[in-house]
Amino acid sequence: MTAPLILSARDIHKSFGSVEVLKGISLDARKHDVISILGASGSGKSTFLRCLNMLETPTSGSVTVHGEEIVLRNGRPQSMRQIERVRSHLGMVFQQFNLWTHRTVIENVMEGPVLVKRVPRREARERAEALLARVGLANRMDMYPSQLSGGQQQRVAIARALAMEPDAILFDEPTSALDPELVGEVLKVMRALAEEGTTMIVVTHEMAFARDVSSRVVFLHQGRVAEEGSPDEMFRAPRSAEFQRFIANFR
Amino acid sequence: MFEALSFGDAGWGDELLYGLAVTIRLALTALPVGLAIGFVVAGLSMARSPLLRMLGVGYTTLMRGLPEILTLFVVYNGVGLLLGRIALWYDPAAAPPAFSPFVAGVVALSLVFGAFAAEVLRGAFAALDRGQVEAGQSVGMTRGMIFRRIQVPQVWRFALPGLGNLWINLLKDTSLVSVIALDDLMRMTKVAVGVTKQPFTFYLAACLIYWALCVLSELVLARLEARANRGVRRV
Repeated sequence: MTAPLILSARDIHKSFGSVEVLKGISLDARKHDVISILGASGSGKSTFLRCLNMLETPTSGSVTVHGEEIVLRNGRPQSMRQIERVRSHLGMVFQQFNLWTHRTVIENVMEGPVLVKRVPRREARERAEALLARVGLANRMDMYPSQLSGGQQQRVAIARALAMEPDAILFDEPTSALDPELVGEVLKVMRALAEEGTTMIVVTHEMAFARDVSSRVVFLHQGRVAEEGSPDEMFRAPRSAEFQRFIANFR
Repeated sequence: MFEALSFGDAGWGDELLYGLAVTIRLALTALPVGLAIGFVVAGLSMARSPLLRMLGVGYTTLMRGLPEILTLFVVYNGVGLLLGRIALWYDPAAAPPAFSPFVAGVVALSLVFGAFAAEVLRGAFAALDRGQVEAGQSVGMTRGMIFRRIQVPQVWRFALPGLGNLWINLLKDTSLVSVIALDDLMRMTKVAVGVTKQPFTFYLAACLIYWALCVLSELVLARLEARANRGVRRV
C-alpha cells in the first residue's frame, strides 16, 4: 500500500522576465517521504521549493497540497485565503533562518500557532517548550535570536515550523549559511525528524544527508529534472552525465 | 530680573506657563495625527498602482517644498474662508464660523509632520529584511497579521531615530503658530517683552524652556529606543 499523497507539483514553469528558471518540473511527495533536491547553484532548486508554498508564484503548472489544488489566475493566486491555508500545512525552514528578531525564542515558536491556528497561549507555550527541548534548546527559550549561534537559530526555526504541525516541511538549504562546525547539530535534528516519519522536502548541498537519510533524490539541472530515484541507485550508478559530473565534484 | 518671571500679578511666570501648556498640547495633538498621515502617505508611495504612488510622492514633494509658515497661513486663512463659504451656503444668515487657531495649528503642523514622517517610514520599510516577512507568510499569516506583528514593530525600530528628530522639530515649529495669534509659549514671551521691555530676560527664559522640552524628549526617546532595540545585537 502506498502512503497518502501530501503534495503534488505538476509541470511547474517559472520565468523571471525573459529568463526561464524552471522548465517544467513535477514532484510527488507522499507521507513519510524525505526528498532531497540537489543541483548546482542556478539550477532552480530553491525557486522550485519556493513555488511549492507560493513564496514564488509559478508562471504555469499546478500545485496540490492536502488534496487542494492552488488556483492561479493571470499568474497570481486567486485567493490569498487559500494560499494562507496551504502554507499553514507546509512548514518552511530558510537558509538565513529568518527568526523574528524582535521576539524571543519561545515567542518565535508560539507565534504561528497562536495567531494562525488560534491555539490558546498556554497550550501553545507548553507545546513550544516541548519542541524546543526536542531540538536541544530548552535552556535558551527566553533569549533573543541574536544571542544564539547560527546552528541554534536554525534549530529554533525547525521548532517553529514543527509547531504548526504541518503535513510536510520544506527546507531551503538549511545548512548553507552555517559555519562548518555548526552544520552537524542541525543535520542531527533533521535526521531525527526523518526517522520519526516527518515528510520533508530538502534543498541541500549535503551529499551525505541526501545519500543516507533521504528516501528519494531529485537532481535538477538547468531548470529540469535531470535524474531522480532512490539515493542508493543514484549514488552507486548515476545514469545521467550531469549527475555523474555533479557528484564527482564532491568526492 | 527674577521678579519679572515670578508668578502672580507682578510677574509673567504664570502667563509663560500657560503658553507652555498650549505649546505642549499643540505638539501632542499634532503628533498622532501627523504619524497617521505619515503611515498613509508612506503606504501610498509604496503602492503597486502608479496612480497611488504618484499621489503619495506628490504629497511629500509638495509639503516638504513649502515653508511651514506658508502652510500655516494657507490652512488658517484658506480653510477658514472655505468653512465660511460652506456655512453661508447652508444658511445665508449665519455668522461666519470661527476657525480656531489651535485647530489650524494642529492641521498645518501635522500635514508637514506627515510628509516628513512618510519619508522616514518609507526608508524604514525598505530597511526591513524580506526574510522576516517571508517567515510570516510561511506559517500562513495574513497580510494584516504580518503588518501588525512583524512589520510595524520592526519598522518602528528603524524609524524611531528619524521620528525622534521630527518630534523635536515639531516641538519647536509650534512657535510658528504665535503669528496666527495662538497664545503659545512664543507669543506669551513676545507679549511679556512688549509690556516689560526686558527682551533679554524673557527670550532667555523661553530658550531655556524650549531647550528643557527637548532634553526631556531626548530622555524619553532614548528609553523608547532601548525598548525597540531589545533583541538586537549591539555592534
